[in-house]
Amino acid sequence: MSESDAVLVKPKDYKTGVKPIWCPGCGDFAVLSAVTKALAWKKLAKEETALLSGIGCSSRLPAYVDSYGFHGIHGRVLPLASGLKVARPELTVIAVGGDGDGYSIGGNHFMHACRRNIDMTYIVMDNRVYGMTKGQASPTTAADWNKSKLTPHGTGIPPFQPLSIALAAGAGFIARGFSGDPKQMTQLIVEAIEYPGFALIEVLSPCPTFRPEQKEWKHQVRQAEDIPLDDPVQAAQWLAADDGMSSGLIYRREHPVWQPRHDLESTLAEIEQAFSI
Amino acid sequence: MAQHNKISIAITGSGGSGAVTTGLILLEAMAQAGFYGLMQRSAGPQIRGGESAVMLRFADYELRGPGDAFDLWLALDWLKVKRFVDEIPLHDDSQVISDPEVGEPPDEVSDQQPEFLGLPLKHTAATIENGRVNMVGLGVLAAMLGLSVDTMNKAIEKTLSAKGKDVISTSLAAIEAGMQLIPAGSMPLTKNWQVATGERWNISGNEASGLGALRGGVRFVAAYPITPASDMLEWLAPNLEKVGGALLQAEDELASINMIVGASFGGVASLTATSGPGLSLMLEGIGLAVASETPITVVNVMRGGPSTGIPTKSEQADLNQALYGPHGEAPHLVLAPLGIRDAVFTTHWAVCLAERLQTAAIVLSDQSTGQARAIVSPVPETDIPCKRLTAQAIDGEYRRYALTPDSISPMATPGTPQGMYTADGLEHNEKGTPSSMAPDHHAQLSKRRDKLAQHDYGEHWCEVDAAGETVTDYLLLTWGSASNVVHEAAERLRDQGYGVMVVAVRLLMPLPVPQLKNAASTAKNILVIEHNDSGQFYHYLMSLGAISVDAVSLARPGPLPLRPNEIVVAVTGDQHE
Repeated sequence: MSESDAVLVKPKDYKTGVKPIWCPGCGDFAVLSAVTKALAWKKLAKEETALLSGIGCSSRLPAYVDSYGFHGIHGRVLPLASGLKVARPELTVIAVGGDGDGYSIGGNHFMHACRRNIDMTYIVMDNRVYGMTKGQASPTTAADWNKSKLTPHGTGIPPFQPLSIALAAGAGFIARGFSGDPKQMTQLIVEAIEYPGFALIEVLSPCPTFRPEQKEWKHQVRQAEDIPLDDPVQAAQWLAADDGMSSGLIYRREHPVWQPRHDLESTLAEIEQAFSI
Repeated sequence: MAQHNKISIAITGSGGSGAVTTGLILLEAMAQAGFYGLMQRSAGPQIRGGESAVMLRFADYELRGPGDAFDLWLALDWLKVKRFVDEIPLHDDSQVISDPEVGEPPDEVSDQQPEFLGLPLKHTAATIENGRVNMVGLGVLAAMLGLSVDTMNKAIEKTLSAKGKDVISTSLAAIEAGMQLIPAGSMPLTKNWQVATGERWNISGNEASGLGALRGGVRFVAAYPITPASDMLEWLAPNLEKVGGALLQAEDELASINMIVGASFGGVASLTATSGPGLSLMLEGIGLAVASETPITVVNVMRGGPSTGIPTKSEQADLNQALYGPHGEAPHLVLAPLGIRDAVFTTHWAVCLAERLQTAAIVLSDQSTGQARAIVSPVPETDIPCKRLTAQAIDGEYRRYALTPDSISPMATPGTPQGMYTADGLEHNEKGTPSSMAPDHHAQLSKRRDKLAQHDYGEHWCEVDAAGETVTDYLLLTWGSASNVVHEAAERLRDQGYGVMVVAVRLLMPLPVPQLKNAASTAKNILVIEHNDSGQFYHYLMSLGAISVDAVSLARPGPLPLRPNEIVVAVTGDQHE
């Protein structure tokens, strides 16, 4: 550990001081706080840490954390983070975003990041609504939610099941946190960073502006029992039976991590030699 | 001027007949014999086992593009040949070799009245255990060209080494049997040809782009397969690994473009390759690279468009998209290799410019370059400044997008203490904090524009072929792969007494307009030549005021390749009017 690392033990040391754009009461404040607490707990060097995001309210988070950061384009945080981690494997890479960013426009990348299993953490702040565009239904919105002008009769579509889909796609670390339980969330982020592979943390993060009824989540979310599971069949059954309101590390199993191989070695001159007549 | 000898040969066959393998071996054999060559290919829509045609041209000088018509045509059969007949024009003295057993040639061929040379290819192949008709046909061509058994042996060993000893010996036996079908003592077609003594390479355009990328320092590639770019990515996969880099296969082009942005943010020069549909999907990511000032290179191997278009055939139709595709105002680089050999340099240069200018570079190769192979002189390593300006010891507050005299700001790489910043596609201030304020937007727009506009691109922006002419009747202005036929047209026009200059543009954006105007200033007539329907380059030049309103557009779409003669006719036809 370098000298600068030794003194970085306080969460506030990991904050940039840029004022968040979030509404009062937004669950994302607690996620920001948990991220900085986890970084402090791990005593990660700021310059060896990278937070990346897509577009949406929650994707503004990297600018508020004093590490390397990339606020990319809508839905593409996982490819952005995958490229960085493959190019710079020694960095701690954390991808963040919302339910629309990760499960709708970025849905294809979500599945493939789960199965590719590059060593990174992915925190999805799920408020079941597009907040930045003023309150449209997201993939995790209930079918009968009719408060959006875009879908006045509700979406009529059953919500996306991110954890079941992550499991089916091959993810080996599947957790659910709640912004109302920052201590548990910090613990989950620490474990996700330590997990060798792709670690998903779905965070129930209420939107007081467009989903004021989510204020009730604090009475509905409960700590899950008898977890983590390491058997995928049991985990699938558990997730299918779950109402989406239980929190904790639900499934943990280690799989081979994708990393580039370097079995072959030669110089550029030797490569060029292959063209010679 | 030394006599330039050349010959064009087409080989066609239906699925499984081995036309492509035959062409590859003949190309290697002619290289072994000391000649230069070019092999372009055309395939039907089938994935495997479809009909295919290879179009070869050989010479005793380093030729660059296809000719006008074919001197020899080896037809392994006549099935579905109508699909290719437009691509294989013949002349009065053309010879067509086929086995009478496979039937009569279609009218489209016989109407051109070539000389037919009927030979018992099938019967000869049957005399050899596992003997193949294409190898007998190859033997016939070898004998006509004057290639020795020893040369053919070397070419076979090199080309078929992965197939095992039995295939090699069987193939050689069939080739020798084919050679016997041509009477001993026939005058070889390569008699009196100059034999090259120096080193030469056998390289495809896609391999050349891959090599240029490695020379430019690319060590991360994201890849999503697409015709005709896949074989560049397939060449890069093992070779990138050899030099310590990594290739990641992406789930789609949206992923591959963002993967390279992420890797480059990490300080590693990064590239992807694609074709038209993939480029369309990548545009938003290219805009992100421009806005966040993250260097990336995208090689777009153009094919016929729009939409899925003609995946296996060539066209220069993506220029507009490469120039104007990203939304908002996103200054970036657009380059185009002037042929197979030049793909090494141009791709290398593109990577280096992207790194130095911290922006996106799009390289417009095409199917006629990428999937073609050529025998060329080796491409020497060029000393191109390639280093990204990075932030080292940072004292005080780090401003990632600081306004500097040359508009290039030192880029902190993750791992650099005190360099932490958040790269952003949102408009931002000098520090990188999102901002929608007018002064920040104007300052950053100017910064991204000026760093490209103010850069000194030197002499490489184009290739000028003036052949010492002092009076220029015609300036042939072209770009990318079209330049290959334009050079040959220019030589022929000079032989007819015209003063002709060729300017083949390699750096399309930012285009050095004053230099181009200067080159054009001595020309009485300007012809803008490109391989697309709407004259995209011509309109681009007009929009920049780079050429006068008198300039004439010669734009012809694919999939048929441009031919030197149509350019000659365009010039001489004008003259007669």
